[in-house]
Amino acid sequence: MSASTEATVLITHEVGLHARPSVKFTKLAKTFAAEVEVALAANGPWFDAKSIVKVMAAKAPKGTELHIRARGDGAAEAVGALVELVRRDFDEGADHARTA
Amino acid sequence: MPEPLRLKGISASAGYAEGPLFNLDPVAARYGRKASPADERFALETAIKAAASRLATLIEAVDGDAADILEFQIAMLEDDALTGPAFAAIDSGQPADAAWRQALDAEIVGYETSDQDYFRARAADMRDIRDQVLRALTEDSEAAAPAGAIFYGEDIAPTRFLETDWSSGGGIALKAGSAASHVAMLARSRGVPMVVGLGVVGLGAAPAHLAGVALLDAEHGGIVLAPSKAEVEAFRRSSSSFAARRDRAETFLARPAVTKAGTAVRVQVNIADPSDVDAIDISTCDGVGLMRTEFLFGKTLPDEETQYRAYRKVLEWAGDKPVTIRTVDAGGDKPVPGFTVEETNPFLGLRGIRLSLARPEVFRVQIRALLRAAVHGNLKVMFPMIAVVGEYERAAALFAEEQAALAARGVAQRMPPLGIMVEVPSVAVAPEAFAKVAFFSIGSNDLTQYVMAAARDNASVAHLNSVRHPAVLRLITSVAAFGRAQETPVSLCGDAGGDPAAISALIEAGLRDLSVVPAQLAMAKAAIADVPI
Repeated sequence: MSASTEATVLITHEVGLHARPSVKFTKLAKTFAAEVEVALAANGPWFDAKSIVKVMAAKAPKGTELHIRARGDGAAEAVGALVELVRRDFDEGADHARTA
Repeated sequence: MPEPLRLKGISASAGYAEGPLFNLDPVAARYGRKASPADERFALETAIKAAASRLATLIEAVDGDAADILEFQIAMLEDDALTGPAFAAIDSGQPADAAWRQALDAEIVGYETSDQDYFRARAADMRDIRDQVLRALTEDSEAAAPAGAIFYGEDIAPTRFLETDWSSGGGIALKAGSAASHVAMLARSRGVPMVVGLGVVGLGAAPAHLAGVALLDAEHGGIVLAPSKAEVEAFRRSSSSFAARRDRAETFLARPAVTKAGTAVRVQVNIADPSDVDAIDISTCDGVGLMRTEFLFGKTLPDEETQYRAYRKVLEWAGDKPVTIRTVDAGGDKPVPGFTVEETNPFLGLRGIRLSLARPEVFRVQIRALLRAAVHGNLKVMFPMIAVVGEYERAAALFAEEQAALAARGVAQRMPPLGIMVEVPSVAVAPEAFAKVAFFSIGSNDLTQYVMAAARDNASVAHLNSVRHPAVLRLITSVAAFGRAQETPVSLCGDAGGDPAAISALIEAGLRDLSVVPAQLAMAKAAIADVPI
C-alpha cells in the first residue's frame, strides 16, 4: 500500500517553526511509519519531517504556508496529525493566543 | 596595577556583579588519533552518547525554558542528519574530532547567516552541541570557574550557564553574543547580570586586566577591568541601590499603578522590536504606548507583508489593550540607506513625518500594512515630528486613500485612531491648532532637546537637557490641560516617563498616562506609588 497525501497549513507560532516546535513536530512525525516530508513551497525543496536538523534548516518563520506530504503506511493519518499540531500552535497557544 | 579599562556593551539582563574574570574562550583540546576508521567511529559514537546522557542528566534538574533548550539539543544529537556527514568523513580517513567539527561547523554557518534573529541566535546552541561532543572526545575536564566569577569571552554555551551555580553571584560579559540568545533569556529569568557586545579588547588591555577583579554593570551595559578603589566604592553603591530598587519595585509590577492619594496612572511600554513583547507579561502593563518601526527599516526598505506581520504580532499579543504604533521616524540620528538624505543639521531637517510625506511611495506601504493589521487588535497610529496641522492632514488623507483602495480590493482593513507626537515646540506652544487629532503623545526626549537647544547625546551640554526645566514642564502642563479640556487623550512616551526622578513632576503636570521601556516598568510603578497627589 502506498497511499500519498499532501496538505498545507499556516504557521501561526510567534517565531515560526523554531527549536521547541521543531522538537514536537519531528517527534510526532517519527511515530508514523510513512515517509513524511515538509516544504515551504508547493514545488519544494522537500525536507525529511523526521529530522530536526532538516526541519530547522527550513527556517520557516511565522506566517509561512507549510506544505506537508506523506507516502506509505498511515500517510493520511500522519499528515492529518501534523497539520493539527501546527494548527494548535504546537500546543503552546495559551502562551501566545488572545481572546478574540 | 594597570589603568582601569572600561568597555561599553548592551545590557541583556540587568544587574550588577563584582568578581574575578573567568575566561570562557576555549583552549585547544588535544585528541589522540585512533588506529582505524572503525575505532574513530566508535570514539565518536561514544562521545555523542556521553554528551546526550550528560544532557539527559542535566534535564532532570531544570524546568521550563531550560528543559526545552536541552531537549532540543538532545534531539539534534540523536538525528542522523547531523551525525551522518561526520561518520562519512571518518570512513574516508578523517579523525573523529576533525570530522565532527567540520560537520557541525557546516550546520553552524547555516544558522549564522540566517536573516532572522531567532535562527541566528540558535548558532550558539549548535556550537554548544559541537563543543560538548568535542569535550567528551578529548575527555578534557573543564577548569572550574571560581564562585561569583564573571564569565568573559566570545559567547557562552547554554549548558555552561545551566551547570553554573549562580547562588553566590557572578555574571556574564560577552564580546559578541546577543540579547536574543537562549542564555540571555535564561539570564533574565534567573536574574543573572549579563552584558553583550563588549567588542574585542583593543590596545591597552594587559593580561593583568584579565587577572584581577572586574565590575559588571548590566543595568547600563558595561564592564570595568582593573577598577580603581573609588570606582569599586561607587559601583557598590549603585549595586545596592539597584538591588533595593528592584526588590521594592517587583512588588508593584503585578498591580495597577496608583499614587499615594489613589490617583490611577496608566503605564504602558515602549518597544523597538516585535520580539520585545516575548519577555513581557501583558497583565503587568496597560498596553504599548510606543512601538517604533525604524527596526523594520534596516538595510533595505521593508515590504508590506513583513511590516504587516510585525504589527499583527504585537497587536495579537496585546489583546484588547491599545498598541500605539509610530510611523517611521527615520532621519535625525537614525539614517536609513536609500530613504533618508544627508543633511548638515539632520535634527532640524527632513526627518519623521516630513520624510514620510516627501517619500509617499515608501509611506504608503507602511500605511497599507497598518490598515490591514488594525483588524487584529486595538491599534492606534501616531505621526512623529509634526510641526504644523497641514502635515497631519496630508498623512490622514493618505490613510483615507489607502483605506479606500484596500476596501475596493476586498482586503480586510480598519481605520485606526490617528494621533500625533508632541515633540516640536510649535505643537506644545499652540496645541489648539490640533483639536481634530485623536490623541497626543508627548515625546519628551525630542521636546526637551528642541526647547533647550541641547542635544541628548552631547555630554558637554547634558546639564541643559532636563525634562524638569520649568520651560519644558510648563509646555507639558499646557498640553495636558488642553487635552483634558478637549477630551483628547494625552500620554508621554519619552525616557522621562520611566525616570523615577521625573515621574512626580510629570504627574503634577497633569499627565496620567506614561509609557516606559519594559525594564523600567516595575520601577516606574513603584515611583508612582510615592507621588503624593
